[in-house]
Amino acid sequence: MPILVDENTRLVVQGITGREGAFHTGRMVEGGTQVVAGVTPGKGGQESQGVPIFNTVSEAARETGANASVIFVPPAFSGDAIFEALDAGIQTVCCITEGVPVQDMLRVSGYIASKDATLIGPNCPGVISPEQSNVSIMPQDIFKQGNVGVVSRSGTLTYQVVNELTQRDIGQSTAVGIGGDPIIGTNFVEILEKFEADPQTECVVMIGEIGGNAEQLAAEYIQSEMKTPVVAYIAGFTAPEGKTMGHAGAIVSGGDSTAEAKSEALRRSGIQAAENPSEVAELVADALGVSSAT
Amino acid sequence: MDLYEHQGKELLRSFGLKTLDGMVATTPAEAKEAAQNIGGTVAVKAQVLVGGRGKAGGIKVVDSPEEAEKAAEQILGMDIKGHTVNKVLVEGGADIESEMYLSIMVDRSEKKPLILFSTEGGVEIEEVADRNPEAIVRQHVDPLVGLVPYEQREVVFSSGLSGDTAKGVSKVISDLYRAFQESDASLVEINPLVTTKSGEMLTLDSKVTIDNSSLFRHQDLVSEEDTRSADPGEQRAQEVGLQYVKLEGDVGILGNGAGLVMSTLDVVAQAGGEPANFCDVGGGADAEKISEALDIVTSNTAVKSVLFNIFGGITRGDEVARGLLTALERSNLDLPIVVRLDGTNAKEGRDILAENTPQNVYTETTMLDAARRAVELAHG
Repeated sequence: MPILVDENTRLVVQGITGREGAFHTGRMVEGGTQVVAGVTPGKGGQESQGVPIFNTVSEAARETGANASVIFVPPAFSGDAIFEALDAGIQTVCCITEGVPVQDMLRVSGYIASKDATLIGPNCPGVISPEQSNVSIMPQDIFKQGNVGVVSRSGTLTYQVVNELTQRDIGQSTAVGIGGDPIIGTNFVEILEKFEADPQTECVVMIGEIGGNAEQLAAEYIQSEMKTPVVAYIAGFTAPEGKTMGHAGAIVSGGDSTAEAKSEALRRSGIQAAENPSEVAELVADALGVSSAT
Repeated sequence: MDLYEHQGKELLRSFGLKTLDGMVATTPAEAKEAAQNIGGTVAVKAQVLVGGRGKAGGIKVVDSPEEAEKAAEQILGMDIKGHTVNKVLVEGGADIESEMYLSIMVDRSEKKPLILFSTEGGVEIEEVADRNPEAIVRQHVDPLVGLVPYEQREVVFSSGLSGDTAKGVSKVISDLYRAFQESDASLVEINPLVTTKSGEMLTLDSKVTIDNSSLFRHQDLVSEEDTRSADPGEQRAQEVGLQYVKLEGDVGILGNGAGLVMSTLDVVAQAGGEPANFCDVGGGADAEKISEALDIVTSNTAVKSVLFNIFGGITRGDEVARGLLTALERSNLDLPIVVRLDGTNAKEGRDILAENTPQNVYTETTMLDAARRAVELAHG
């Protein structure tokens, strides 16, 4: 049983008629995901990629029983789109959009605490449970169903690591890109809790980067609460101080937020921390006791 | 986006905070005039977006308009940690009684605004935190409810203030919170916040950082000068919406996605090389963007080889390959380029490259091999 999305996921795409919304809806449908509705205000009654469009998320949820949403709307309207999904009773909301203002995310984060819902992102690649459901912009053909959970602050690094795992014939339960922004809906610890409780997941890969202290908090949680082995990788050893490295949240702004400090904190907590993505796959193979030959 | 001191103070004034009288000058003559208008002792302060101005000689306190002119002459055009001084702030003096520290920032792990206050101001807050952590009061604010007056009282009374100072600081906190929220700041800091002998409460120096993602709501703050980067490559990347950072080595790096790019830099270093720069083409880059990115990366003459590392998700491999070929045709670039292409439409991309590969383009199938090859070619 994977986490967050599975074969029962009924997806609504917010912003389905935009360039990215349309392209990735097509790919999710192709991959077998039950995309049951799209939302673009003013285009209700039309269709995109064979999916019916509604004017509002609440109407879409009522008519189609959607229980998950993926958001492809521009940054200025993303906070609003998340509120709309939460108020429509959607349980898993995934916001792909990059560049959502931090103050909007503060309000969303305050609000979501009162809801029984999970927000992934923003500025994230989404969630994929291979062969069950794809609520993401991730390239689904590199995935393979299996028993490794992946949680990452970076989209492309997720693909890199998943690709190396799959090439070694190691499959994944669920891969979650939690996003690279300073304020995100769900942090490492909340995803690690779900993987720990998931019987399918036998090993977890955690991919972090410079900035903030989310990896240190995860290290504490892993050490005190987790039985499932975790292999970690932190990117950004060569990042200079004070420069934003692409992600709004990736900036070395103090001693604790460097890749060295984070890898060190993980190792001190007894967690294996790899030096590069290939080593991640080797360490996972070791943890699972499978042959590392490909 | 960091605001200059004079910009930050102007913003804070518009929310009711008090500062010293000050004027911005771009020439020594203007500085003299400003000092005349203000009268008495003035400080001439370099306006640069970097700390440590005082130590670098970028702040001078003088007693006459003539001295202000001379000070401005010395400070204007100065280089402070790679930032050229184009303007100075000429500011009046104050009879300082006490110095305090106040800031509001986004607390990432709590997902709430955090107020920090200390009666020990004028020095770096990290120093206070090291020496006497109890001297710093911390107060989180619920972003849905906003700042509630009792929270202001919690801050002032638990730091031992009383009387008019307590009242004054309480009002400053409430004004500063409005500034923080309404201007979409990720940090507003007043250090020092001073009380004067005549009982005034002033923002003597401030730091304001506006969340870049919110700038569409604050066009008034984005003046051309303020966003211009010192490096021409960074400037050009900014104009076309690419993320570019200049580093010190000789391997140029082009990739998609912050995480993969950072990881690529690390792997190049592990392979014994040194990255010269990187350009992140972000998500969904088309051929035009790829070609622009390659131009930017190779415009740095230190670059001896280029490592192209793309793992497509929202980005499509065929677009990447076409962009690369377009850029090569246009520029007659003969630097060695190592390409590693995976993910969405990677096969189509690799096919396009296989049909038309120019001599200086090398393809590798793994990131590690690509990094090793790029380092080898840079040194070869």
